[in-house]
Formats: sequence, C-alpha cells, structure tokens
Amino acid sequence: MSTVAVHSLWTTAVDPISKFQAPKIEYAQLSPTLIVIGAALVGVLIEAFVPRKSRYHAQVFVSVVALAAAFAAVVALASGGYGTTKAHIAAMGALAVDGPALFLQGTILLAGLFGVFTFAERRLDPAAHGNRVDSFAAQAASVPGSDSEKAAVKAGFTTTEAFPLLLFAVGGMLVFPSANDLLTLFVALEVFSLPLYLLCALARRKRLMSQEAAVKYFLLGAFASAFTLFGIALLYGYAGSVSYATIAQVVDGTVTNVDPALANTMGNDVLLLIGAAMIVMGLLFKVGAVPFHMWTPDVYQGAPTPVTGFMAAATKVAAFGALLRLLYVVLPGLRWDWRPVMWAVAIVTMLGGAIVAITQTDIKRLLAYSSIAHAGFILAGVIATTRSGVSSVLFYLAAYSFVTIGAFAVVTLVRDAGGEATHLSKWAGLGRRSPLVAAVFAVFLLAFAGIPLTSGFAGKFAVFKAAAEGGAIPLVVIGVISSAVAAFFYIRVIVLMFFSEPNPEGPTVAVPSPLTLTAIGAGVAVTLVLGVAPQYFLNLASQASVFVR
Amino acid sequence: MSFPLLTATAVLPAVGAVATAAVPAARRTTAKWLALLFSLATLVLAAVIAVRFEPGGARYQLAESHAWIKDFGVRYELGVDGIGVALVALTALLIPFVILAGWHDADPLETGSRRWRPTQGFFALILAVEAMVILSFEATDVFLFYIFFEAMLIPMYFLIGGFGDRAHEHGEQAAATQRSYAAVKFLLYNLAGGLIMLAAVIGLYTQAGNFSLPEIAQARANGSLHLATSTERWLFLGFFFAFAVKAPLWPLHTWLPNAMGEATAPVAVLITAVVDKVGTFAMLRFCLQLFPEASKWATPAILVLALISILYGALLAVGQRDIKRLVAYASISHFGFIILGIFAMTSQGQSGATLYMVNHGISTAALMLVAGFLISRRGSRLIADYGGVQKVAPVLAGTFLVGGLATLSLPGLAPFVSEFLVLVGTFTRHPAIGIIATFGIVLAALYVLVLYQRTMTGPVKAEVAKMPDLRVRELVVVAPLIALLIFLGVYPKPVTDIVNPAVRQTMSDVHQTDPQPEVEAAK
Repeated sequence: MSTVAVHSLWTTAVDPISKFQAPKIEYAQLSPTLIVIGAALVGVLIEAFVPRKSRYHAQVFVSVVALAAAFAAVVALASGGYGTTKAHIAAMGALAVDGPALFLQGTILLAGLFGVFTFAERRLDPAAHGNRVDSFAAQAASVPGSDSEKAAVKAGFTTTEAFPLLLFAVGGMLVFPSANDLLTLFVALEVFSLPLYLLCALARRKRLMSQEAAVKYFLLGAFASAFTLFGIALLYGYAGSVSYATIAQVVDGTVTNVDPALANTMGNDVLLLIGAAMIVMGLLFKVGAVPFHMWTPDVYQGAPTPVTGFMAAATKVAAFGALLRLLYVVLPGLRWDWRPVMWAVAIVTMLGGAIVAITQTDIKRLLAYSSIAHAGFILAGVIATTRSGVSSVLFYLAAYSFVTIGAFAVVTLVRDAGGEATHLSKWAGLGRRSPLVAAVFAVFLLAFAGIPLTSGFAGKFAVFKAAAEGGAIPLVVIGVISSAVAAFFYIRVIVLMFFSEPNPEGPTVAVPSPLTLTAIGAGVAVTLVLGVAPQYFLNLASQASVFVR
Repeated sequence: MSFPLLTATAVLPAVGAVATAAVPAARRTTAKWLALLFSLATLVLAAVIAVRFEPGGARYQLAESHAWIKDFGVRYELGVDGIGVALVALTALLIPFVILAGWHDADPLETGSRRWRPTQGFFALILAVEAMVILSFEATDVFLFYIFFEAMLIPMYFLIGGFGDRAHEHGEQAAATQRSYAAVKFLLYNLAGGLIMLAAVIGLYTQAGNFSLPEIAQARANGSLHLATSTERWLFLGFFFAFAVKAPLWPLHTWLPNAMGEATAPVAVLITAVVDKVGTFAMLRFCLQLFPEASKWATPAILVLALISILYGALLAVGQRDIKRLVAYASISHFGFIILGIFAMTSQGQSGATLYMVNHGISTAALMLVAGFLISRRGSRLIADYGGVQKVAPVLAGTFLVGGLATLSLPGLAPFVSEFLVLVGTFTRHPAIGIIATFGIVLAALYVLVLYQRTMTGPVKAEVAKMPDLRVRELVVVAPLIALLIFLGVYPKPVTDIVNPAVRQTMSDVHQTDPQPEVEAAK
C-alpha cells in the first residue's frame, strides 16, 4: 500500500491485526448515545430475566431514567461549550459533536421521553380480563383473531418489548444527525429504522392494518436504504473515502491524491452527482418529502398512535439533521446543482401535502399529509444555505415535534367501542362534550396552521425569513399559499369539533393517566411559550447553528 | 418609567377575557357583569388616552418600546397618532354596547356537558377580540401589528361560527350549517389575505432589516432605504391585499354578507364596526407610510375599485330580502367611501375617511343593534315578515329610523360630515370620481327608506301585533349611540382636532399637498 488511506472508525477495523491500534473514543462526549443504547440493552435483559408482572414497571423506569439522563448529558455537553467553541469531531471522525448535533439530540431525547409517556399509557383501553393494557398487541407473533391471540390476551400478556425498541430507535436517531461519515450514517439509519418497522406492527386494535403498515414501511424503507447504500458506494468511488470532510475537500478540489485502486473513478463527477442524489433520496424518504412520501399516510394511520406520534416527531428531527449536515458539510460545493432540485422538491412537497390533505377523512391520515406539508416548509429553510437557515430549521423541528406528539396524544384519547375513533365524522361535536380536550387539540391545529402566538407561526416565520434572505422569494410565496390551503383543513377539523352537532353514539374521551397528560401538557406549554416568547430558543438555535467540519 | 397606558388598555380586556372564561358554568350572570365591567374599565382607559394625547405634539405619543424577539428584529413597540386614538376610543366605546346588546344571545338552550359554557365563552371571545384590535391600532412595529391582525381572526371565527340567531327560516340544523360556512369563509378569506401579507412582511424585512414603522418610514423618507420600484410595488400589493380583504373592498368582499348575516347582531357590529376598521386603518398607517410611491402608482386602480364598492354595495343593498345582509352590503358601500377618502390623497379626504371610520362604527352599531332587537322579537331576518312595527313599537321604530338616517348620511347626523369631507376631498382632485360616488348617497337613501317603509309602516302584520317595545337594557344600548350621532353631527370638532395633525403627517409622507383652488387672476 503506497498511499496513506484516510483512517476512520470503519477502516481501522479491516486493517491487519498487526497494525491494529485501539480506536480513540471520547466516551464522555458520546455519553447521550451510549446511555440510551446501554439502557436499550438493559431493556432486552429485562425482557429475558424479569418476571412478566414486573416488566412493565421496570421497562418504563429504565426508559425514563435513561432518556432523562441522556438529556442531562446533552445539556451538560452544551453548557460545557461543546456546541460552540469546543465543537469537534469525535470517535475518529465518525461522529460530530457540535451545535446542530447537540440541539437535535436534545430534541430527539425529549420527543423520546414524551413518547415513552404515551407508550406507557394503560388507562385508555378497558382492562382485558382484569389486566390493564396499553396500545400494543398482547403477543405480536400470534395471528390476529387466532386462538393463541385470545389466550395471550386472557393471560394478560403485554408487549413490553416496545420500550427497548423505542430506546434503540432513539439511539440510532441520536447518531443520525451527528454522523460524520457515510457508513456511520447508514448504520444509524438502519439502527433507528428497524425498531420503527417493528413498532409499527404492534397495534393492539386493528392489527391487520398495523401489520400491513409495517410491511409497507419496511419494504419501502428497505428500498430507500438500498438507494442510500448504493449512493454511498458511488460517493466512495468518487472520493476514495467515506469521511464527510474528505469528500467535501475532493468536491472542492483541494484534495487530489488518487488512491491507485480508484484511479479510474476518483473525481468522476457522474459518480458524485448520482451518488449524492441517491443518498439525498434516502434521506428525503425518511423526511417524507414528495415524491418519496407514499408510505407516510398508510404508516401513520396503521401504526399504534403513540408510535405514530413518536415517529412523526423524532424521525423528522433526525432525518432533517442528517440532511442538513450532508448538504452543508459534504456538498456545499455542489449547491448550485442541488439547490434547484431541492427547490422543486420543496415546492411539490408543500403544495402536494397541503392539497391532498384536504380530501382526507381520517384524522391520522390528515396529520400524515400535514406532516408532509411541514416537511416542505422545513425544506424551504434547508435551501437557504445560510446560518440563519440552519437555525430556523432547528427551531422549526423543535417546535414541530412537541406539537406533533401532543396532537397524536390527543388522538389516543378519543375512543369508541372499536378503539380510537379516528374517522373525522366521529369527531363532530367533540367541543360540546369535552371542551377542554377539543380546545387543546384546537391549539395544536392552530399551531400546525401557523397562526400567530403559537410556536408554529414563529417556526414558519423563521424558515420563510431565512429562505427570503437566501433569495428564495418565490419559495416563500408558494409557502404562504400552501399555508393558506393547509389552514383550510386544520380549520375544517375545528369546525367539526366546535360547530357540528354531536353524534349521540359518538366517541367518548377517555380519562388518561398523568403520563399522557404530561405529554399533552408539555405540548401545549411549549406551543404557547415558543409562540409568545421564542427569543431564548431562537437564540439557542442560532448559537447551535454552526457545523463542525 | 411612566405607566404603560397603551399596554394596559389592551391587557385589561385580555385579563377580562380570561376571568370571564373562568367563571363556573352556573354563574352565567356573573360572567356577563364581569365582562361588562372590564369593557367599561377599558373605556375609561381609552378616555384617559384621548385626554392625555396632545394633538399637534409628537407623531406617536404614549410610546412604549421593549425588546421582544431579537432574532427576528421584532420589538414590542406601541404608540398612537391621532387616527389611532380615534379608533381605540371607538373600539372601547362600542364594546360595552356590544356586550349589553348580546346579553341573552349566548344563554344555553339545552343543557350540554356540565363543562360546556357558551355564555362565558361568548363574552370572553368578545373581550379577546377587543384586546387584539386595540393592540393592532397601537402597534408601531409591523410584525407586532401582523401578529394581532392575524390572531384576532381566531376568536372572531368562533364568535361567528359558534353563536347565531335563535330562529332561522330553515330550522336549527340549516342555521348551524350556514353559520359554519360563513365562519369558514370569513376565516379563509382573511387568512389568505394575511398569509399573502406575511410574504410581504418578510420581504420588507429582507429590505429594511427591522420592523419598526417609524424607523422604516424615516429611512424611506430620507432616502437611506431605497426600494426598487418593482419591489416596492410588490410589497405594497402584499400589504394592500390583506387590508382590502379585511376592509372589505370589492371584489374581495363576499365573506362579509355571509358573516354578518349569520352572526348575531352584536357580533355583526363587532365585525363591521370594529374589526374591519383595522383594514382601512392599516391602509392609512402602513401602505401610505411604508410605500408612498407605490401608493401613488396604485391610486387610480384603487379609486376605481372603491367606486365599484360604493355603487355595487349600495345596489345590492337595495335588492336584499334579509335585513342583516342589507346592512352588510350598505357597509361595503361605506367602506368604499372610506377607501376613496384615503386614496383621494387630499387632507379633506383622509380626515373625512378617518372620521368616517368612527361615524360608520357608531351609525352601523345603532342600526344593526336595533335590527337585532327587532329580529330577536319576531324570529326572522326577512324584511317581508315585518310590517307596521311603528304602530306597535314606536320607540323601536324611531331608533331604527335614526340609525337608518345616519346610514344614509342625513345632514345633522355624524356620518354626513365625514361623507361630505370625503366627497369634497375626492372632488378637488378627481371630479369625475367624486360625481359618480355621489350616486352612492342616492342609493343609500333608497335602501334605507325602503327598508323602513316595508318593515315599520303599513298595516300591522299579525305576527308583529304583540311585539313589545324596547326594554330598558335595549334603550341603554341605543340611546347613547343616537346621542353620539347627533352630537358628532353638530360638533365633530373633538374628533377632527385629534385626527387632523395625523392626516397632515400622512399627507407629507406621500409627498402630497392639497390642490389649490384655481382663482382667475383679477384683471
């Protein structure tokens, strides 16, 4: 070997054993991820060794403590200056510890924490054979409607595996936005995707629909992962490295040393363009941007609602984080190529999500299309390619994830004999029966619609301002037009809740435990605080908006 | 630091809204009195503002300024000029009457959930609207203004959609459907306008770097902030579109008849006399100050639209079968006059337009509230269902007539002064438009007098025969409004003194001077 290959966490492992040196890992700086993954492993052990009766409490305890501890670790790192002055690349170039990474990790951890609260809710479904049950299937492996399922229900089984699965997903999501080489990116992608596929299949009610959603999500997700992997291979061929920094240098033309093995391909722009496009495609799939959004409505509808809420919030945060880092750190030299494409994607995403949402009759599908429209708004901020673009996206993601978790938590409360009553017609007159629940949901809808004095408006203003400053005025105009379209269907739900006559056989609102109440309460509080006094958080996002390179 | 009078005037009704909403379900009457009390206290504060305001002093008085969202360049900046004072006073004045007139409008018919408290909600929403409207009259920061301009739609929307007249010709279910249609239409029109404005607000920020109206206006005036002609025009159109929807100007007016027709009379007054004024006020304050050149560029088109509004609104009012929709179309016609006055670019026109906003508020409130009392007695909004009311309920008919005469601008009543000023102001610069606009007055006489004739005179209809006359509460609502109409008709000086300096300022912002009368040189 004549050339000095650029070492990374991954290439070290394949070197001959004689050359092997222990990789240098900054454990303290990676502690948020390590805590969560460690707790997930503990969760697996709990499933194996703790008696069935105590598992639920043990799992909830471990998950909550781990997520809270990891969040504390993030805060400690951020206040120790790792978000700003001490930002650097850890774990031999595999992971970045910088402002955007810490900000998004904090957001994901809070989303995960409130996700656990909704996962752990056991007061909504009526008790089955004297056992309190949550939203998850008694025994995921039993065929829906079969005798074994009945036996499992009768025995009071619950799928407490959901908690370690959530922790694994959170672990992957924590790595995803901080991944600083393409292989880490891919591993993180798989680590958080696989648990989510499983979680989607675990619904207690409407199990067939849930399993169908999981299969769809898995197949399309696998497709997207394959695209990403192929793209990674092509980029490696182009740059001779999977490290973000090296690829960026090769794109800029500052590094030209050719690895003899790659002499024919290195520097070939075709590989760069196709490879970059394929990776971005994989990320846009996770984000749920048109035209890679097809899975969103089915999966959002079929998955257990707590899972939907968690997934809608946290996946978006993680995927946008990774997209930002990829576009801002690896491909800034290519921005004259990707900006027009992202313009087009943002436009069709905003308009497509908003327009198709109008025809929806199921509240979960409606929120799914609304999430697509929001992905478009966030993309408008991504396109700005300025520091204020990054900070606006960070702020938007934080604001959006709380609204989303809160909104889906409210959806779990409105129930009839068949479980959650998600058809819109059943929500008629909810405001008369349960004014408080309807009012809370209205607050979330108004935040989604971007009405002033809610966090949705502050976020929308931030991304549109960044886009306008980046010269994307037409994007802003299309953004406000699709906001107007989107407002229509949010308002339609409010009309239904407050101005329609209640259906006498309509759903009832279940009284939740303090867990769900905490999640909803936090959602409302954050929505209003970020709407009225966003300065502190904007400041935080703005400080956190510099990527380490 | 001095007492933040402007903030207090808006915080008081906001606190009142929260307090009213928190009253337990069984204590409905407490909630009503609480709301009334808060609105009266707000009126007192508004009166203090009017007294403390010095006409001819600084442009924006009683100013307050605090840091708010630094990252957006947004400050919490309040300040009133003469126009603002007049409109804050109008708002604070009308709300107690709205509350008093709607005293029984939100009493629950059936007992729903124990937590369902429509009465508390109704009055809390009215106070919330008042708080936001007052803040938007006071804000001198464009972003701050925008926030309340948009946010006030939400309580307004619930007021329109959630509360309607008890009786409806097609039954309760149809009424609910039409109501929610009207509410959604109101919201979507205004939201769309507001979102277009949002794009313009962001565009303005990218040019100016902050949102402070005085700062931007000054930078525009001394040339340190130069906007390209096309940029200025686009931004102007973005702002103007939102205000034209709100005002409303033809052809963006179609939400108003629906909203006013389906809402209860007090809410209809809230829409047309209070909320819509924010639109015309904002044209004066924001469009003219921020974009003087574009305003002049757009003037011919806007004048034509205003003219169409005047005639179209009046013609459609003549053809209405529904009393409330008739008043709504009359309002569209009057808003045409206000916009005509603003864009005539003469000091008489703009003074007249501001005065018109105040007078139209009072006169429409009088007419609409009496109409509401009438409708609540008979349970029908159709003109054809009435006849001979003046024999049964002479006081009601009398007050209705005064309100109607004010609407048609009878000399001696307040609207005459303002309409005359607007026409004079228009005529000195655009004689042809002034002449055509005059037909609006003729049509106004037609729709008001025909309305009166069909409902109040003639043989007494059987359904009307036992109609009671105005009650004490209703008299308390109507009498002060009529007294004000007469007072301001004879002696408009208190308002014009406050308004005129501000109008002169605005005129100088757009570099306009009044055309001088041409006098033939003496031989």
